[in-house]
Amino acid sequence: MSLISAKGMGVSHGKNHVLKNVTLEIKSGEIVTIVGPNGSGKSTLLRALIGAAKLSEGTLTRKENLRIGYVPQKLHIDQTLPMSVSRFLSLPNKVSNETSRAALAQAGVGNLAQRQMSDLSGGQFQRVLLARALLGNPELLILDEATQGLDQPGSASFYRQIESLRETLGCAVLMVSHELHVVMSASDRVICLNGHVCCEGAPEAVASAPAYRALFGSGTQGALALYRHDHDHHHDHQHDHHDHSHDHEQSEDA
Amino acid sequence: MDFLDSFLVRATLAGLGVALAAAPLGCFVVWRRMAYFGEATAHASILGIALALAFSTSIFGGVLVVALLMGWTVSTLSGRGYAMDTLLGVMAHSALAVGLVAVSFLQGVRIDLMAYLFGDILAVSRIDLAVIWGGAALVMLMLWWRWSALLTATLSPDLAFAAGIEPRREQMVLTIALALVVAVAIKVVGVLLIAALLIIPAAAARPFAQTPERMAFLAAAIGGFSALAGLRAAYIFDTPTGPTIVCVAAACFVLNSLFNLTRSPSSG
Repeated sequence: MSLISAKGMGVSHGKNHVLKNVTLEIKSGEIVTIVGPNGSGKSTLLRALIGAAKLSEGTLTRKENLRIGYVPQKLHIDQTLPMSVSRFLSLPNKVSNETSRAALAQAGVGNLAQRQMSDLSGGQFQRVLLARALLGNPELLILDEATQGLDQPGSASFYRQIESLRETLGCAVLMVSHELHVVMSASDRVICLNGHVCCEGAPEAVASAPAYRALFGSGTQGALALYRHDHDHHHDHQHDHHDHSHDHEQSEDA
Repeated sequence: MDFLDSFLVRATLAGLGVALAAAPLGCFVVWRRMAYFGEATAHASILGIALALAFSTSIFGGVLVVALLMGWTVSTLSGRGYAMDTLLGVMAHSALAVGLVAVSFLQGVRIDLMAYLFGDILAVSRIDLAVIWGGAALVMLMLWWRWSALLTATLSPDLAFAAGIEPRREQMVLTIALALVVAVAIKVVGVLLIAALLIIPAAAARPFAQTPERMAFLAAAIGGFSALAGLRAAYIFDTPTGPTIVCVAAACFVLNSLFNLTRSPSSG
């Protein structure tokens, strides 16, 4: 069953086309990872799916009353705003103490309920965000580079947590990540994005697709290639996975 | 003899009403870093006073309209090529200047500009009192009703969207509440000191609050205390009332900050 599907979706910031002609579908229970270089519109895509970014073209269809749990890329809580972990979980809808304790335990931070959000470490903070996203018993969990700022063991254990959550809750997971090698192994499907969908499919298939290689290089060093990626690349080569109708206007406007 | 016949009773009730509405709203002003926005709305209200006098309508109405226009203009223009503080700087001082110029054209109308700049709480009439409490109650109701949504939108617009909350609508709620507070507070503390009633109690409450709700209640308590103690002090020392109220609030802030410093020297 399809939870959310986009057809020919485009998003613009002013004259800058961040996303063009994106068509994708998330089915219930699957783990989908979006990879792509910086500025490829990954976060914008997620924001469009939760309704925070307006579409300039195309359509977006959500299952009726779809319950979404969203873990943002980063959340800055102003120093002037006092916020305990348990109060944070009750936003915007009040939840009982048992529910919030259970969600914190599921996210692996059962003992933090009384702490102030501003006193948490980076890893604890991300897990509290995850706990909050789990509260509404989501059908679709959306994570935007949720392991930013975590070290490798930290992010590996975070992703294991996500996988086990999928087992126990049965929710679909859509995530963006830079840590290709970690994420690829945990995903059912990978979507490679660069303003448009370059290629998609099973992790192994995408990793060997030329369009993916053009963006990230080949082999396990792909994750490093990400940061050296040049927006002005032209991948003019022909092959069947690749959508060729694109041009890279955004790199000229930027 | 009626309880409300005494000007001191009326002044006390007026001060309390404004302080109780301004303090919780002030928390949002502080959390959202809108301090200058509050200041700008307050300054713009001079233009509202001039317009109200020119068309002989109620001051409250004129100020409310101008404050709403100001809030709406700034919300709409922000993010379109100007930084928020630049935009507010232009708008606030232009509105203040235009207002002061407009007031000077009003010949034949004797107006005491000082009363509008610094407030004239001892001259609060029964009708003023009704308007102040009506406006204050409306602001408190709005905050009560939208509290969760406002707080979520303040925390993160994206989290709000994901929860089905429209952050722009919550921004509008705050703009309207701010315009209302400015309009009712002019009589009490005047244009120049309204922002103080918003920000100082909230800032003074911050060190002792673990949750947003406690901060709002504490801020209201500090605001209410400042109004009462300020009135009393102004009566005893024969000082201008509005500024005295703000002085008491400022003293609360200093005491709380000092207490907080001695309590936990590391987490300054």
